[in-house]
Amino acid sequence: MQYLISVINDSTDLATPEEDAAIDVFNDRLRAEGHWVFAGGLGGPDTATVIDNRGEEALFSDGPFVESKEFLVGFWIIEAPDLDVALRLASEGSRACNRKIEVRPFL
Amino acid sequence: MSGTDVRDAITRAHREEWARVVAALTRRFGDLDIAEEAAAEAFSAAVERWPADGVPPNPGAWLTMTANRKAIDRVRRESRRGGKHEEARMLYDDAPPEPLGVIDDERLRLIFTCCHPALATEARVALTLRMVAGLTVAEIARAFLVQESAMGRRITRAKTKIKVARIPYRVPSGQDLPARVSGVLAVLYLVFNEGYLATGPGTDPVRHDLTTEAIRLTRMIRALMPADGEVAGLLALMLLTEARREARVSGGGELVALSEQDRGAWDAALITEGHRLVRERLAAAATGAVPGRYQILAAINAVHTSARDVRDTDWSQIVALYDRLVRLDPSPIVALNRAIAVAELDGPQVALAAVDRLGDRLAGYHAYHVTRADLLRRLGHGLRSRAAYDRAVELAGNTAEIAYLTRRRDQLGRPPSGGGR
Repeated sequence: MQYLISVINDSTDLATPEEDAAIDVFNDRLRAEGHWVFAGGLGGPDTATVIDNRGEEALFSDGPFVESKEFLVGFWIIEAPDLDVALRLASEGSRACNRKIEVRPFL
Repeated sequence: MSGTDVRDAITRAHREEWARVVAALTRRFGDLDIAEEAAAEAFSAAVERWPADGVPPNPGAWLTMTANRKAIDRVRRESRRGGKHEEARMLYDDAPPEPLGVIDDERLRLIFTCCHPALATEARVALTLRMVAGLTVAEIARAFLVQESAMGRRITRAKTKIKVARIPYRVPSGQDLPARVSGVLAVLYLVFNEGYLATGPGTDPVRHDLTTEAIRLTRMIRALMPADGEVAGLLALMLLTEARREARVSGGGELVALSEQDRGAWDAALITEGHRLVRERLAAAATGAVPGRYQILAAINAVHTSARDVRDTDWSQIVALYDRLVRLDPSPIVALNRAIAVAELDGPQVALAAVDRLGDRLAGYHAYHVTRADLLRRLGHGLRSRAAYDRAVELAGNTAEIAYLTRRRDQLGRPPSGGGR
């Protein structure tokens, strides 16, 4: 079972060196315990482009698909047997990166 | 066997076996939805068949077997429509019937799943009442004053989340257990309190169905986790509160304050049982167990229910217990209740000073204004007391309490001209 762990923040400020170090420790643990699938940080909403190619031609629009005060700044994809394990890992991830986190299951 | 006897047997089976049947089926089929539907169908089958065929010698086994068959039918129907996955799961689990002790554990699994912290509180309450207590969606909707369709959606949404996000069907282990038990107890206490001080203009002031259901579920958990002090504490708290139910609302539908209740109308059997539980926890505390909030609240209620009348109440003991509770739970509501006890021990002036310090945090809470109104009245500040009663009536949701507060306010009389305080 895989879960998407989204990192949510209200600014695009990069992680501090302390946060980076804590994230490294957390990532190492995910790998060592077999939970790691993939992870990454994202550019801010200002760097997003929305594409709609359902019509005759592809339409590009500048900016995110929804404007909000808080937005996605990064994510992990983890492997976990159930939500209890995913929530425990996400709690540790939130502590490590010092950001709010959302957990969602892949179907 | 008469029709009444059969009806009683079905009612009893529903009360005693519903959670077991749902729990066993959830375990077997890994799906709350299938378990709920099959359990409901099995009980409908009992209503149809028992009057003609007679009540089976082991109603629980009959119901579980019937529900199993219904569930297998549904899974087969669905797998013919393409979902091979469920059939595979069903064929995989061909474990023999579980011994009784393990089945009891399955009811615990069910409770912990329904009260999972990833579900919203209202969803936990609704799911627990449906899956564990066996109330119908219509009954739960009525209890919480929402449309049946809205309550149905709330329960469906929770079941879907459990399935899709894979909330595990198990008793949490080790480090998670205490927090998860207190989550379950919070749901039961919420159900009890909604019954004890029902809100809304159209409801009875005391919802006996909800308090009874909360006590029944807490008894079940007590039987499953006999060593847990907070479970015992919550059960004692509910019993000692429920014992005063008859005396708490007057014939005219008005709330009766603790000090004015007819103590002869209190339920002696419930009090005896509650006191026994409190003594059990006191003995545990004497050997080093640290009591949690429910145990302390139960002890406070044990002091009240030990007093022959209000003048006989050991207020210093009650204030001492509140002091312990404040250390555990520094919320302003606990501080407010402590102040009410302080008024009896050190007088209303001291209590009012403590209550006024809570004003910025409790301005929207009706009990804060009720307490101030009462203290101001006792201190002879008629005008300010009246204003506090006005605010309390505005904020109170319980019909019996509104009637009581309105009368108390009107007893203050009109202020003499010149504005005497």
